[in-house]
Amino acid sequence: MVFHKISPPAVGRAFLPNIFDLAALILVIGALVLFVYGAQETTAPIAALDLVPVSLDPANLPEYALRTILRMLAALVFSLLFTLVYATLAAKSRRAEMVLIPILDILQSVPILGFLTFTVIFFMGLFPGRVLGAELAAVFAIFTSQAWNMTFSFYQSLRSVPKDLEEAAQSFHLSGWQRFWRLDVPFGMPGLVWNTMMSMSGGWFFVVASEAITVGDTTVTLPGIGAYVALAIKEQNLAAVGYALLAMLLVILLYDQLLFRPVVAWVDKFRFEQTASASAPTSWVLDLFRRTKALRVLTRACRRELSALTAIRLPLPKLPSWPRRDGSPSRIVDALWLALILAATAYASWLTADYISATLSWDEAWRVTKLGFVTLARVIVLMILATLIWVPIGVWIGLRPKVAERVQPLAQFLAAFPANIAFPVIVVLIVRYGLNANIWLSPLMILGTQWYILFNVIAGASAFPSDLKEAAQSFHVKGWRWWRNVILPGIFPYYVTGAITASGGSWNASIVAEVASWGDAKLSAAGLGAYIAQATEAGDFPKVVLGIVVMCIFVTLFNRILWRPLYAYGERRFRLG
Amino acid sequence: MLELATKPDQLIDMRGVCRSFPKASGGDLLVLDRVDLTIRPGEIIGLLGRSGSGKSTLLRIIAGLISPSSGQAQCRGEAIKGPPQGIAMVFQSFALFPWLTVLENVEFGLEAKGVDRAGRRKRALAAIDLIGLDGFESAYPKELSGGMRQRVGFARALVVHPDLLLMDEPFSALDVLTAETLRTDIIDLWIEGRLPIKSVLMVTHNIEEAVLMCDRILVLSSSPGRISTEIKVTLSHPRNRLDPSFRQLVDTIYANMTQKAEPPLASLEGIPGSGVGMVLNHVSTNLLAGLIEAVAAEPYNGHADLPDLAGQLQLEADEIFHLGESLQLLRLAQLSEGDLTLTDAGRKFANLDTDARKRLFAEHLVTYVPLISLIRRVLDERPSHTAPAARFRNELEDYMSEEYADETIHTVISWGRYAELFSYDEQAERFSLENPQ
Repeated sequence: MVFHKISPPAVGRAFLPNIFDLAALILVIGALVLFVYGAQETTAPIAALDLVPVSLDPANLPEYALRTILRMLAALVFSLLFTLVYATLAAKSRRAEMVLIPILDILQSVPILGFLTFTVIFFMGLFPGRVLGAELAAVFAIFTSQAWNMTFSFYQSLRSVPKDLEEAAQSFHLSGWQRFWRLDVPFGMPGLVWNTMMSMSGGWFFVVASEAITVGDTTVTLPGIGAYVALAIKEQNLAAVGYALLAMLLVILLYDQLLFRPVVAWVDKFRFEQTASASAPTSWVLDLFRRTKALRVLTRACRRELSALTAIRLPLPKLPSWPRRDGSPSRIVDALWLALILAATAYASWLTADYISATLSWDEAWRVTKLGFVTLARVIVLMILATLIWVPIGVWIGLRPKVAERVQPLAQFLAAFPANIAFPVIVVLIVRYGLNANIWLSPLMILGTQWYILFNVIAGASAFPSDLKEAAQSFHVKGWRWWRNVILPGIFPYYVTGAITASGGSWNASIVAEVASWGDAKLSAAGLGAYIAQATEAGDFPKVVLGIVVMCIFVTLFNRILWRPLYAYGERRFRLG
Repeated sequence: MLELATKPDQLIDMRGVCRSFPKASGGDLLVLDRVDLTIRPGEIIGLLGRSGSGKSTLLRIIAGLISPSSGQAQCRGEAIKGPPQGIAMVFQSFALFPWLTVLENVEFGLEAKGVDRAGRRKRALAAIDLIGLDGFESAYPKELSGGMRQRVGFARALVVHPDLLLMDEPFSALDVLTAETLRTDIIDLWIEGRLPIKSVLMVTHNIEEAVLMCDRILVLSSSPGRISTEIKVTLSHPRNRLDPSFRQLVDTIYANMTQKAEPPLASLEGIPGSGVGMVLNHVSTNLLAGLIEAVAAEPYNGHADLPDLAGQLQLEADEIFHLGESLQLLRLAQLSEGDLTLTDAGRKFANLDTDARKRLFAEHLVTYVPLISLIRRVLDERPSHTAPAARFRNELEDYMSEEYADETIHTVISWGRYAELFSYDEQAERFSLENPQ
């Protein structure tokens, strides 16, 4: 069994100058505001829209599941295209890199769930009166949940292509296009596939959330599992929620077995290592394709066409034939470029300030910040609880290979499962027993993301070297001393990786978790997530923008102040081997 | 297959080629200084030099992978701008594409040239056959041993029928036996005229390898790299390592390469290799002590012939040079004419116990290594008795590249720790005088 470990995009790169981060933050927010402007212009058509009603008949579920799957696939294709273009641009051009990478960094901390409303209106404005607009909005939401970390992964791969392979490609006269497909893409493939898989886990959450959206007095529903669940909640039909859970389970299982397993097994050959790994991932679907004659002929034909395509000597703009450090970059062009960035940033900040200050006061901003701290407290408490629960369990499982082999796939599966489908079950309990929403809604935030901690800790404990274990044993290191000096340092880098993903996911989930309903019963907890959700429902765009900006800043600072240093510390001190 | 170029007897012609790299602290560091080099068809040329002598840089200028800072580099009468046609390269690290099979790797260069599928297959199979890789066509590189992988590297370069084959230390990542087999195979093919190439340029730091394979050996001196000597090898193939004239030649080259390594001169401004700005190669204190013991003992009794010593201790020429120079710097031994002679202090060191050795070592470090005496002085003067490593690294970067500054700091830390002159906190990157209680 192979446990991959990837560095989460939030930390996996060098610290960049803060000025660019700030500029990126402002640019992103400015773009959001422009989006809102565009969206408001086109609010009219939706009211007239009549979309296909969803029914709770379980017989419709297969069709709904199919629609959901197709949305996922479409988003995946867009994410891949975006990744190939954006990451390549950032990796090959120093000037583009200065702007693109900080923007990417900010984009991945934007709580896209809160922004869903504008995108729905925007896309529906593009295709008035047609379902296509709403479909595109859903696809866009999934895209935004996947694309960023895929792009980061590919960018990092491009930046770390081994020098000797680069020189080999150069000295054999490969054109830029050939080099991209022969060297860059294969080299980045394992990281990209792994990140895509992780992105998909997050994607299910968003597809469910984006299929039923209420903006002001308009509700848009797209036939799919998410819309089915939303209707079940409205009609208080717990059995239907059960059916949806089952359908989702099957869908994720199929995706895993038919799409990702084969791809992960196939991509193993691109892993850049000089020795064969002891146990390569396997997939029965891939074996089927490799060993069945008819299928093999089919794949060979495809391969031949593809390789012919990638071998074309496209007259792409030639990259400078000498490495970058040789020529000193032109100072004047640099200065112009910097001035352009600054001007765009200034315009974006003016636009945002203008938009928000037209309706909102400083008091409001202060109130939102306080709500941000409430949600922050929730995230911290939940992370501590999840750590206390899952670290010991994960270690226990990880040290027993037999158990780990069975539990690990389950934990990964649970991480992929969109927890928002299971929310109603818990909400029903809260409503029935009249529990305090401020406390009992909180666990929903971490319901879906705690599994990242579990499976990373399992991976860490499984990878713990057995000679160290034996050394600890022979020196009679036991109890608390064993935890503190032996196993906790050993799993630390893995734990941090899992915790970063979990904490990022929790922020995002707060938007759907701090407000919940069951039929007519509405529950809400005080917090930033609830603020954004309520402003969305009321169609109060300036408030939504404000909420998003504040959450964006909270998430970014949380990453920079806590997670990045912890991650760097773990990599430096506790990385084994 | 022979095309007539403008100057048929000159594949490569370099005149006054210089190359410098920007230093971390600004300014330029000269790596290659006024190199003249001509390569004619039908010869194997060896570029022999210490690590850091710029021999790889020179090779990459010919390969068109980097440009010279000044001077002329021509390939068949045309200035080299980007990789020229008709030159192929074999890499030290093999540089095979792990996701391609042996056959696909060999076809790689042909594909970029636009050779059609059938022609590609035919030529690739011929090259695979020539280099002795039959049966491995569908294997992936990670399934192969190091020797087999480098054979793929050779096949990939040969299949494009280059005029000039560049080899960047092609055998140094292989174990001794494998390297020897592969060398012999290549030389045999060359003598039989079965290699589809006209000339070979090989970079190496292995003196015996150069004498074994080359017709002409160019010895590069270090920082900045200059061609210090050119040696013609007229021995007939197959050459025998035990042949007295072979040994004689190896001895001459050893002497030639150690001759320049006199103790550093008094600090001249801005010249690397002297004063605080001296590059210190990282050599472990265990190895230093081990070498002193070995030279002090029978059969050397304090005086050893370097090629012989290298053979006995199974060290590469480069390693033994580093060790010898470090000992010379510390005045524990004297290096000249390919011989290593222990000084009185060196002989004394061999007979001391651990603590006394440390004291002697510390004494010599403070006296003869300016950087270490500087660090000690700064630590003594400061009330806190601590100093950040960055303070010294910045000073070093005035004289050398970032990489060398790192290695020098690393060396100083490890020597200073052994001699208990100061301690170093890796987390805080600080030197200090206090030892953990």
